[in-house]
Amino acid sequence: MNKEHRAQSEAPHVTFCSVQKTYDGVNLIVRDLNLDIRRGEFLTLLGPSGSGKTTCLMMLAGFETPTSGQIRLSGEIINRVPPHQRNIGMVFQNYALFPHMTVVDNLRFPLAVRKLPNAEIDAKVTRALSMVQLGAYGDRYPQQLSGGQQQRVALARALVFDPELVLMDEPLGALDKQLREQMQLEIKHLHQELGVTVVFVTHDQGEALTMSDRIAVFDKGVIQQIDSPATIYEKPANNFVANFIGENNALDGTVESVDGDTCQVRLSNGTRVQASVGNVAKVGERTVLSVRPESVQLNVQSLGCANRLGGYVKEILYQGDHLRVRVELAGRREIIVKAPAAQHKHRFDTGDAIHVGILPEQLRALDPSVGA
Amino acid sequence: MTDFTATLPATLAVEAPISLKAQLRRAERLKKLKFGALIVPLALFLLLTFVWPIAALLKRSVDNPEVVAAFPDTCALLRQWDGQALPDDAVYASFAGEVDRIKGTPVLASAAKRLNMELPGFRTLMMRTAKAMPVAINGSARAALIDADERWGEVATWQYLARNASPYTARYLLASVDRKYDDFGNIVAADDDEAIYVKVLTRTFGMSAVVTAVCLLLGFPLAYMMATQPAKIANTLLIFVLLPFWTSILVRVAAWIVLLQTEGLVNQALMGLGITDHPLQLVFNSTGVYIAMVHILLPFMILPLYSVMKGISPTYVRAALSLGCPPFRSFWKVYFPQALPGVGAGCLLVFILCMGYYITPALLGSPKEQMASYFVAFYTNQTINWGMAAALSAILFVATLALYMVYTRLVGSSTPAVR
Repeated sequence: MNKEHRAQSEAPHVTFCSVQKTYDGVNLIVRDLNLDIRRGEFLTLLGPSGSGKTTCLMMLAGFETPTSGQIRLSGEIINRVPPHQRNIGMVFQNYALFPHMTVVDNLRFPLAVRKLPNAEIDAKVTRALSMVQLGAYGDRYPQQLSGGQQQRVALARALVFDPELVLMDEPLGALDKQLREQMQLEIKHLHQELGVTVVFVTHDQGEALTMSDRIAVFDKGVIQQIDSPATIYEKPANNFVANFIGENNALDGTVESVDGDTCQVRLSNGTRVQASVGNVAKVGERTVLSVRPESVQLNVQSLGCANRLGGYVKEILYQGDHLRVRVELAGRREIIVKAPAAQHKHRFDTGDAIHVGILPEQLRALDPSVGA
Repeated sequence: MTDFTATLPATLAVEAPISLKAQLRRAERLKKLKFGALIVPLALFLLLTFVWPIAALLKRSVDNPEVVAAFPDTCALLRQWDGQALPDDAVYASFAGEVDRIKGTPVLASAAKRLNMELPGFRTLMMRTAKAMPVAINGSARAALIDADERWGEVATWQYLARNASPYTARYLLASVDRKYDDFGNIVAADDDEAIYVKVLTRTFGMSAVVTAVCLLLGFPLAYMMATQPAKIANTLLIFVLLPFWTSILVRVAAWIVLLQTEGLVNQALMGLGITDHPLQLVFNSTGVYIAMVHILLPFMILPLYSVMKGISPTYVRAALSLGCPPFRSFWKVYFPQALPGVGAGCLLVFILCMGYYITPALLGSPKEQMASYFVAFYTNQTINWGMAAALSAILFVATLALYMVYTRLVGSSTPAVR
């Protein structure tokens, strides 16, 4: 249903058009932001703190006004629409449940404001409560609930008045790991069920990868890359994205030749390797090669790889399902390799010479100066 | 055998948790004692300087020791007297003997003064009687007393004596709500010329309510502003709020007199601006009292409000806005209920302080603005009538307690569960 819905409405649900924001007139928190949010998608704004992602969310919610540029919601400019007229649901970092109201009264609040008939309010509240599996907790006050339950109430409150757009500002930050993972799935399923557009802010990359249809990676007030989780992870557009999302090995080198999508790179220790072109284009430029630890093959597995390098095992850390191997390549350059434990257990030991193989498509040549 | 096996597990199950509790108590006892020892000096200090004096003062409002001290035997006899006919000879004899014994001592004087309060003219009666004592060796005490003053032949005179034969009396408390005992010991309304205290108490409550309301109206917006500003601005504002505490209250009251008097700065400014063509009476009337009281008590409203409001996260109002609630309604429905404990505490503080205020109305008001504390001071300083002073204080004290209970009931119910 989600996909059909998306196909029907090609026009973006939300558009940021050349939006800038500064608080002090000197530093831009958000610079020249252009972003289309599709109807019904789950978009995550991911970035380190101070990268401008929360400011974007607050501008969309109406709590901050853009210094310049336009924000459109379903085609209409909403720069000057006050927050209470935007009809956007929002889940806050600390839930912001009204402490002097019961769970039911918290959920009734947005409906009562809209002056719906009482019977309809009751029906909607009951439905929303059962949606988050809190049917029995209606008479409790927020402080009588656990963190996860409060989180669910906040979610239900943001959805109970059927907004088309829901904003979530690091809603899972206060929960412990296990609960967080459970809530990630619940929110994802709710999104699939309801088909609302969700804009989700987080600094947790795992969360972003799990939940999103698309991820916008923010740094220094600029979107560094916006794409599906798989593309973001496998084909980082620049050095910042490569380092921020997941684990990354970086190898310095110089571009020797470019042939379409692939290029020849000479590493600083003199070895030549083949890599796929990221955001470097010119021969002779400095580049940093990025490869994920799990994409590096060891020993026998490296046989089929176009790039084979020799090295020494410096350290082996047993992690249960995999081994983390620290390998020193020629030129005292270290890389981390994640190898399936079952394949490699007892095959090598610390200090052994070892072969390392990397497929050219998994080795991305990136411009070290962009997003460093 | 079967009994034995059946009861053993049951007793074990019961005993185990008790011994665990006992262990916990033992383990915690030393810790509790240590913490208790920390506040022992303060507790002693409060007991000696606060609790005990207040209790002693409150006791004075029902104390009636003078007559009992002067005539212990007569009082004991009079307590059995039915009050219908004249008392019998034994009472006369004992009374005559006791008057003779304390003749010329301060004990008799204070008893006479106390009785004079009940019935004007009693002092002369006592003095005249004392002069006629002792009774001749073989004479009748009754004849001698009636001979000294014929009022000893009236039942009413003895009734006044009998009524004060108990060491406690409700007379002062009754007087401070404009009630008194009539000649037959019934509680009746006081005469119009004596009935002033209900009016005074009503005025005290009324003025306190007005001052509290004005303080809330002026203080709430400021506290809200301070709570929403960045810390630097808020701290500067806080210094201004606390500034009045740097000078003595007497200086501030004097300053208000200077400012508000007919030729004062305020009147000159008003006339200079053409707002009025003749000086307004701003001081030595209720206006002056209200202005100064609000000024003095405003910080006591702002501080509790500010401390509560500082703890209310601005996200609550944001959440209400995001849920579609217009700004003012969001404030009223979401922010204000959370600020209520501060409103309650501030109002209670200001109201209670206001009820006991003495110096400001005394200096800035006319006789029409004097509050209960003025009369407490009057009775302690000028007529040395501890009974009335204590009774009026007791009434203020009870009113304060009642108010506090209402407050805890109201605020307690509006803040659910534990915060």
